[in-house]
Order: sequence, then structure tokens, then C-alpha cells
Amino acid sequence: MDRRMLPIVLVVVILVLLSQSVFTVSETEKAVRFRLGEIVDTDYNPGLHFKLPFVNNIRKFDSRIITLDATPEEFLTAEKKNLVVDSFVKWRINEVSNFYTSTGGSISTANLRLSQIIKETLKGEFGRRTIKEVVSGERRNVMDNLTKKTNLQAAKFGIQVVDVRLKRIDLSDKISDSVFQRMESERSRIAKDFRSKGAEAAERIRADADRQREIIKAEAYRDAERIRGDGDAKASELYANAYSANEEFYSLYRSLNAYKSTFSDKGDILVIDPSADFFKYFGQSTPR
Amino acid sequence: MAWNEPGGNKDKDPWGGGNGKDQGPPDLDEVVRKVQDKLSSMLGGRKSGGGGNVSSIGGSGSSKGPIGLIIVAAIVWLIFDSLHVIDQAERGVVTRFGAYVATLEPGLNVRMPRPIEYVQRVNIEQVRVAEIGYQGANTELTVLQEALMLTKDEAIVEVKFAIQYKVVDASDYLFSVINPDETLVQAAESAIREIVGKNGTDYVLTEGRSELAQNVRLLVQEIIDRYNTGLIVLDANMQDAQPPEQVQAAFDDAIKSREDQERFINEAQAYSNDILPKARGQAARQIEEANGYKARVVAQAEGESDRFTKVLREYERAPEVTRERLYIEAIETVLSNSTKIMLDTKGGSNLLYLPLDRLIDRSGASSSRGASPVPSQINVPSSGSRETLRDNSRSRGVR
Repeated sequence: MDRRMLPIVLVVVILVLLSQSVFTVSETEKAVRFRLGEIVDTDYNPGLHFKLPFVNNIRKFDSRIITLDATPEEFLTAEKKNLVVDSFVKWRINEVSNFYTSTGGSISTANLRLSQIIKETLKGEFGRRTIKEVVSGERRNVMDNLTKKTNLQAAKFGIQVVDVRLKRIDLSDKISDSVFQRMESERSRIAKDFRSKGAEAAERIRADADRQREIIKAEAYRDAERIRGDGDAKASELYANAYSANEEFYSLYRSLNAYKSTFSDKGDILVIDPSADFFKYFGQSTPR
Repeated sequence: MAWNEPGGNKDKDPWGGGNGKDQGPPDLDEVVRKVQDKLSSMLGGRKSGGGGNVSSIGGSGSSKGPIGLIIVAAIVWLIFDSLHVIDQAERGVVTRFGAYVATLEPGLNVRMPRPIEYVQRVNIEQVRVAEIGYQGANTELTVLQEALMLTKDEAIVEVKFAIQYKVVDASDYLFSVINPDETLVQAAESAIREIVGKNGTDYVLTEGRSELAQNVRLLVQEIIDRYNTGLIVLDANMQDAQPPEQVQAAFDDAIKSREDQERFINEAQAYSNDILPKARGQAARQIEEANGYKARVVAQAEGESDRFTKVLREYERAPEVTRERLYIEAIETVLSNSTKIMLDTKGGSNLLYLPLDRLIDRSGASSSRGASPVPSQINVPSSGSRETLRDNSRSRGVR
């Protein structure tokens, strides 16, 4: 070896040694220090750290919250209906050494384990509840239970489950169709209800109007007849008062008036016998 | 100082030394030369320990150019890498060897160059939108898997939400969660379904919209706070809430039925409003007519009875004469106003032919009073039915 190269080699050696003896831990990471394959330290804050070159190994794991978006699965509810449930799990690596030993440090392995746990827990939670409870009333309960139970089981993998949340809870396709049919019939029930209530109210209003009209008409008739009767009575009284003064003369007077009004047209043809009183002077100047 | 920290000292010591010697702003060539000198002397110094050939690098003019260039480039790069202009909308998150140290405010910031410090920029002003249940600006592209959900009464509705959010804590945004934006979408999906699942179909579709949106906003915030995403939900808008396509017609019909109900009632009211005033008007007319009738008959009765009373008074003064006069006057009026046929039945002709129908026609047709009172065409045949005619004339004519 050329003697001139010695410093360069030295520098390279020093650089290599230095680079082997420092390591950084990012905010998003957790680091594990191994000594010849054995875990010696897991408690590292983010920043720059030292290690023994070649003796110590460092492995880093993501310390952020990881999402397991489970594939939708079908579960049976208490009333034996199929629900398609889509959920997601938010978890993070808690104890790095545990995580490393149980999953080999692989997030996908961890996700697989977790999804099995979730599936089991979901089955249990859904099997005890009805659709209504799951969808509406106890949804939050279900999620809290899921988080708690999953957390217990996941602890042995060094995993902390932050949250298990239900996303979709859907009815399976076959039930969906019948739900649509039910919704349709519900709506038509409402529609019929509105329409017939409208018809009912309308009929009542019409009938009431008709009744009022009949009453108005009848009362008007009654009042009118009364008024007419009043008039007739008054007239009769007047006539009676006047005529009873001389009934015989009234008879004559009224008869003569009646003759005048009865025969007042050229179309009335009278065939007259001259022997009538009117013609007593017709043939002679002295009365017969 | 960072210069002395391990890992970086090799490159930076010479520059720091050069800077310390020159007080004024150094000429670039001069700096390069000095750095070169320093470097070569340093290398030479080490070499001298091992046997010493000072001029081995510094003496060769050919190697002076490339090394100088590399070093100049390195210095320029270092300067530029230390300066960070942070935009008004951004914050710079500084990590030193991976550990968070500071958040840079807008403006010019000087930080140590890589690989010591890294600056990650995060836009914290930009309002981001998570679209749940649809894609694109005008909510037309429905993502059915996201949009369809169950309500409390086990009906299915189609709900579209837009969640507006922005980054509020840049370091949390970077360090807490893998893919915070997607986390927000997941949280929103879960929250919307939870809220909708708690409410009935009609509430979701109609009156509950604003309250639902408000609840969704709060719940999404609550969920993402659990993950320290560094995000804040500004607003949750329910873009659309409608029944699924399959039952849309039925829902439309139900809405129409409500209108129909109103319509029926209005029509009936119109009918009522039409007939009642008319009936009242007719009633008023009937009453008025009756009043008119009453006034008329009373007035007539008064008139007639007064007239009679007056005539009677005169009659009683001279009964015979008045009676005679009244009789003659009345018969005169009767006879002068009507068609008359006088038959002297004592004449003794047996058969009398009277074409009464023609007489009536004629008297009806002729309006002239000059028509002869005794028609000429009437011949007086010998009497046969004389007695009958006489009876007739008596019963009809003068009595």
C-alpha cells in the first residue's frame, strides 16, 4: 500500500466508525438497540444517540398512529340478520421490544393479528345486540367495548389500540331490498294518510258549507214567510174592518169590481140575452 | 455548537477557521485559496506525522481546480440550505437529528443546514375539504358506499357531507399519525354514520339538517383530537340528504301528498267561500222581497179599504141610486171592453151557429176598436138549441 494513502484510509476508517456509533431517532420513530441480537435498550427520545459500532444494532419502528382499515365483514345480529360492518382501528406501537418479538417488527403482521382480534370481538358484540341497538342506541358502547377488549388482547403484541371505530354498518343486499320495499310502503302509507286526511277535511268543510247554506236558505224562507204573513194579516184586518161596515154593499161592490177586471179584453166574448137588467130600457123606455 | 458535534466536524472546521481569520467579507477566490491552503496544510500535517511530504497535494497545480470548485459548491449549498423563507400561509417544523426543536414563523429564518436540521413546511392556512359520499365540486358523482347509511328506524338514506378543515398544529400534523388527512376522512365517515344512526329518517332528510351538521363537526373534532392529528374542523356541511334512488319516487309522492292535502282543503274552503256569501245574498233578497210584499199588500189593503169606505159613505146617503149607478157603470165597462153578441132568443129560430173559434181569432188579430160589435157573418138561424145558448149566455155573461 502506498504510504500516501494512509491518511485517507485513516479518515475513511474514522468516518465509518463514527457513522457506526451514532444514530438519530426521529419524532415519528421508536428505536431498539440490540447487542449482538439481544435487546438492551428501547427507551430513546428523538434526537442523536450513540452506540457501540458493530456490537450494537439499531432497529426503528414507526411511533405514529397506524390505521388498520379492516375489510368489511358480515356479522349476525341477535335477531339473526346479516350486517356488513366496516370498521377501522387506530393503533400505535407501545412496547417496542414486545412488538418486535411477537410480530417480528412487521406492521402488516400486526395488522393481521389485530384484524383477527377485531373480527372476534365484533362477532361477540354484534351477536348480543339487535340492529337497532348497533346502529343507533349502543353504537358508542359497541365501539368503546371494542376498543377496550382489543386493547387488552393487543397488549401482548406491544400494541396500544387508540380507537376502534365502526364506519359502515350496512344491511346485506338481500335485506336492503326488503328495506327499500318497507320504506316505499311507509311512504305510501304516509302519502295516503295525508291525501285522505286532506279529503276528509275538505269533505267536512264542504258539508259544513252546505249545511250553513241550507240553514241560511231555510231561515230566510221562514223569515220571509213570516213577513209575508204579517203583511197578509194586516191587509186582512184592514179589509175586514172596512168591509164589515156594510156586508151587502161590499158584496155588490166587490162583485162589480170583479166583473170589470174579469172581462177586460176583446178576446172575452159575451153572448148576452137582452132580458138582463142592464137592457131593461133596450127595447122600451119604460121598465118591463 | 453544531460544528463540534460528531458527524459534521470534518467538513466544517476549515471554513470556520477561515472565517475567523478574515474580518471583512472575503473574496471568493481568496476564501477558496485559504481553505485549500488550510486543507492541504492539515493533510500535510498529518502526513508529516507519518513521514511528511508537504507538497504532495498542495504542490500539484492540476488538482487545485476541482477540489476548490467542490468546496465552493459545498459552501454555497450550505448557505442556501441554512436560509429558509417561510411563506405567510406556512409554518416550518424544525427537527434536529430527528428531534423536534422549533416551529418557524413566516419570514426569513436561519437554521443549521442538513443533515443536522431539517425543515418541513406545512400549509396551515389552506382550507382542506374532505368529501364524504361524493366526488368533485358539484356533488354529482355519488360514492354510494360512503353515502348510503342506516337511520335509527332502519331506513337507508343517502347523505353527502363536506368537511372543511385545516392544520392548526404543524408538528402534531407531521408526527402523530400516518396520513392525517385520510384519518380525518375515516373519522368523518364514522361520525356521520353515528350521528345519522341516532336520528330518524324524516329528521335527517328535513328539519334536522343543520343540527346534524353541527353534531358531526363536534364529533369529528372529538375523534381526531384523540389521535392528535393537529387538524381543526372548521365546518361540516351537509351537501345533500335524500332517500336512495330506489325509493325516491315514493318519497316524492309523500311530499306531494302533503301538498295535495293542503290543496284539497283549500279547494273545499274555496267552495265554502263561494257558496256561503251567495246563500246569504239570496237570503237577504228573500227577506227584502217579503218585506216588499208585505208593504205592498198592506198598502193595497189600505187603499182598497179606504176607497170602499168612502164609496160606502156615499152609498149610504142614497143607496138606491148609487147601487143602480154602480151597476150600470160596471156593466158598461165590462161590455165596452169585451166582444159581445146579443141574441134575442125570443125570435124563435131553432138552430144558431156561432163560430166562436173564428170570433176569438178575429178579435185577437184585429186591434182596431172600429170592428163591428155585431159581426155581419153571423146569421141567425132558426132556433133549435136556443135554450142551451141562452143558458150559456146567462151563465157566462150577465148575472
